[in-house]
Amino acid sequence: MRVVTLETEDDFDGWRDVVRGLVLDHVPPDQVVWQVGDEHGELFTGQVPLAPPSTGAFSVPRPFIDLARNAILHTDRERFALLHTLLVRLRDQPKLMEDQADPLVRKLEGFAKAVRRDIHKMRAFVRFREVQDDGGTRYVAWFEPEFHIVRANAAFFVNRFATMRWSILTPALTIHWDGKRLTEGLGASKADAPDGDPVEAVWKTYYASIFNPARVKVGAMLKEMPRKYWKNMPETALVPALIASAQARESEMVATAKTKIVPGGNIQAAWEALREEAMNCTRCHLYKHATQTVFGEGPVDADLMFVGEQPGDQEDLAGHPFVGPAGQMFDRAMADAGVDRARAYVTNAVKHFKYELRGKRRIHSKPDAGEITACRWWIDQELALVKPKMTVALGATAARSLFGKAMTIGRERGRVLELPDGGAAWITVHPSYLLRLPDEDAKREEYAKFVADLKAAAAAM
Amino acid sequence: MAQLDTRQKLEILADAAKYDASCASSGSVKRDSRGGKGIGSTDQGMGICHAYAPDGRCISLLKILLTNSCIFDCHYCINRKSSNVRRARFTTDEVVQLTLAFYRRNYIEGLFLSSGIIASSNYTMEQIVEVARSLREDHDFRGYIHLKTIPDADPELVHQAGMYADRVSINVELPTVSGLKRLAPEKSATQIEGAMAATKADILDTADAKKRYKSAPRFAPAGQSTQMIVGADAATDRDIVGRAAGLYGKFGLRRVYYSAFSPIPDASAVLPLKRPPLMREHRLYQSDWLMRFYEFSPQEVADAADDTGMMPLDIDPKLAWALKHRARFPVDVNRAPREMLLRVPGLGTRAVGKILAARRWRRLSLADIGRLTVSIAKIRPFLIASDWRPVALADKLDVRTLVAPKVEQMELFG
Ligand code: SF4
Repeated sequence: MRVVTLETEDDFDGWRDVVRGLVLDHVPPDQVVWQVGDEHGELFTGQVPLAPPSTGAFSVPRPFIDLARNAILHTDRERFALLHTLLVRLRDQPKLMEDQADPLVRKLEGFAKAVRRDIHKMRAFVRFREVQDDGGTRYVAWFEPEFHIVRANAAFFVNRFATMRWSILTPALTIHWDGKRLTEGLGASKADAPDGDPVEAVWKTYYASIFNPARVKVGAMLKEMPRKYWKNMPETALVPALIASAQARESEMVATAKTKIVPGGNIQAAWEALREEAMNCTRCHLYKHATQTVFGEGPVDADLMFVGEQPGDQEDLAGHPFVGPAGQMFDRAMADAGVDRARAYVTNAVKHFKYELRGKRRIHSKPDAGEITACRWWIDQELALVKPKMTVALGATAARSLFGKAMTIGRERGRVLELPDGGAAWITVHPSYLLRLPDEDAKREEYAKFVADLKAAAAAM
Repeated sequence: MAQLDTRQKLEILADAAKYDASCASSGSVKRDSRGGKGIGSTDQGMGICHAYAPDGRCISLLKILLTNSCIFDCHYCINRKSSNVRRARFTTDEVVQLTLAFYRRNYIEGLFLSSGIIASSNYTMEQIVEVARSLREDHDFRGYIHLKTIPDADPELVHQAGMYADRVSINVELPTVSGLKRLAPEKSATQIEGAMAATKADILDTADAKKRYKSAPRFAPAGQSTQMIVGADAATDRDIVGRAAGLYGKFGLRRVYYSAFSPIPDASAVLPLKRPPLMREHRLYQSDWLMRFYEFSPQEVADAADDTGMMPLDIDPKLAWALKHRARFPVDVNRAPREMLLRVPGLGTRAVGKILAARRWRRLSLADIGRLTVSIAKIRPFLIASDWRPVALADKLDVRTLVAPKVEQMELFG
């Protein structure tokens, strides 16, 4: 056994000088005990002391030096020996550094990576406090690094704060810059660092204000700012309260927004702009074949909103909803139900006509789930603007769009339902269904049921 | 009305800036404060995040508005003329002093300054430039400065901004022209793109001059970036990716930021009041990465979207692309070209680099790959290694359930 004593935990130069000799003398890594300072005291006194090392040089690849410089700053006791082992292997396999999948290379890369991260976090999380001393203003920070990185990191702070006088105190080492020279001192304790700096309160104000309560992502925060660093960062004291109040603040944002919308505000203008935007929609392929987007119509402050399936042949040409045969049927039923048609907002779940060409005739074809989902964007916007007291889905397609899932008309018909975003809804058949019924009796019966639905929905508001 | 002190103003003017997505202090030139009279340094690589907010976003710069008063009435914007928010305005010196005080304490990497438009576009731009001038000239500040320029300000003012700043940006605001028309009626896509083109020309000119005269000043060395709001107009993910690709191509942007539209107090009636689509924003950033670092073409990224043009929310776009192109997998890690390795879901650019280096010396096994990546389980179905051939696995129809992450609760209170 040989015992090697390095001066400090981050003594890369010392390690390099010794290890060079060990490799030249073919001393196997398991025959060496590395220690730092006098940490083991008398423990190894019975062992053979280190013989004067052979001198000489050999070259190692640059990536090894870069790796070793960082890995040596790690706290793992094995790091000196592991690097020694890697160096020995490198003599036989000079390209070993390029084999990043090699277990030993990986392990040491892991050390180096952890060290680089700690170096980066120190650059980020050191918090200076301003104090006055005999020489004037000095900035002093207390920091607790995980690894032996302070000396290696000093140049960064010198370069950044070259004209300031500053000190960074850590448990193992303190460093001081007076504007010209960097000096070192023994480790310190937290009590040696000043506390209180009026600017800290301003910084906390900034931290609390720049956070958007509508986007809480605690996991993402913790990944980059692990708790072990928190105790020396003043702003982190705010975190629990910020998270706890986030949901309330977000609801408040939405609630104030809701109350501020006054009729006669910009809703009409907003609706017109929305309609115009919808004219250029390409969210699904249906726009390619239809004549135009057929947007909803009616008073934007309507209490009642009717949602049909999609424009038909006549609507597609006219650019208005509910003008074809089904629309006329709807108007008649509204009149029979005693509901003011002019006071209702009418629109469709899908805004473009979908059809199949049969000869020269365009035959209506049902929009599929993808098209309904794509077009839902518009109906959501219309709902957000009009905010009807009651939304009536005419037929399965409309129901699917409003509820975001398939609904069975037979089962859901005849009572008030709640929309996913809140708001009351009613489901009934589409008027075109009445047109298609072949049997006159059934037609009369279904028509009466439809009228009753319209009446009941209007009454339930 | 009582005068607001700096801290109260900060509360208002940082709050107003929180909807802006960009925060990075990356990609500038290397500078330090040695031999100078002031403070500050930057490096060429990634910026430093000095803290993280509970929304998971990095705090790297002091991101504030000079004022939240505005003569415009953009509906998505909390600062619009018709909004009832409390108004405040910093003096240029207050911003300078605040930046320096924070910087000296190592809270920040520099300043990101934006502003509502007051009086006129030129006046506002002058004030923004004055902050940067004072920091650089009066205080020899060598940290990072990002300035938001005003699209219709005098080009000469924008030019000055770029001479002081590391990065300049102009927001395109909305991905579609019709969305812009509806939500920002006073802004014009043509004008915004014109300003981007002018900035690109400035950057190229000075880079060119720099080659010939070493002392030539640098114009916005960290380039220009932009931001668009996601979820406030009808644009699909496919539209957005296409738009971003166009901007990268035309104006040589360094970054396109996506900001999920979030409910704002006192919102305009034009806007839906919904929780922001955070996962959608995340998928867009991932798509952006595929284009910028993984050599995916915009068409290929768009190909990951579903029939309605949206990226799946339950899996990442690279995996979505791979599942649509099963025939191109499994990929042999010991033979496949770099381009194809980059397409393996779960294999990052670094891991690909290491695989390419290592396989020059020996054949790699699955265990070797496992040491180079975070999770081998997810990648395995797509790979062939010296001791591994997943034929049966990749053909299985349920490969999606095998590799897709468990459905997570949306990223709330993680
Ligand atoms: S049907 Fe709807 S989503 Fe499809 S293009 Fe027309 S308006 Fe857009």
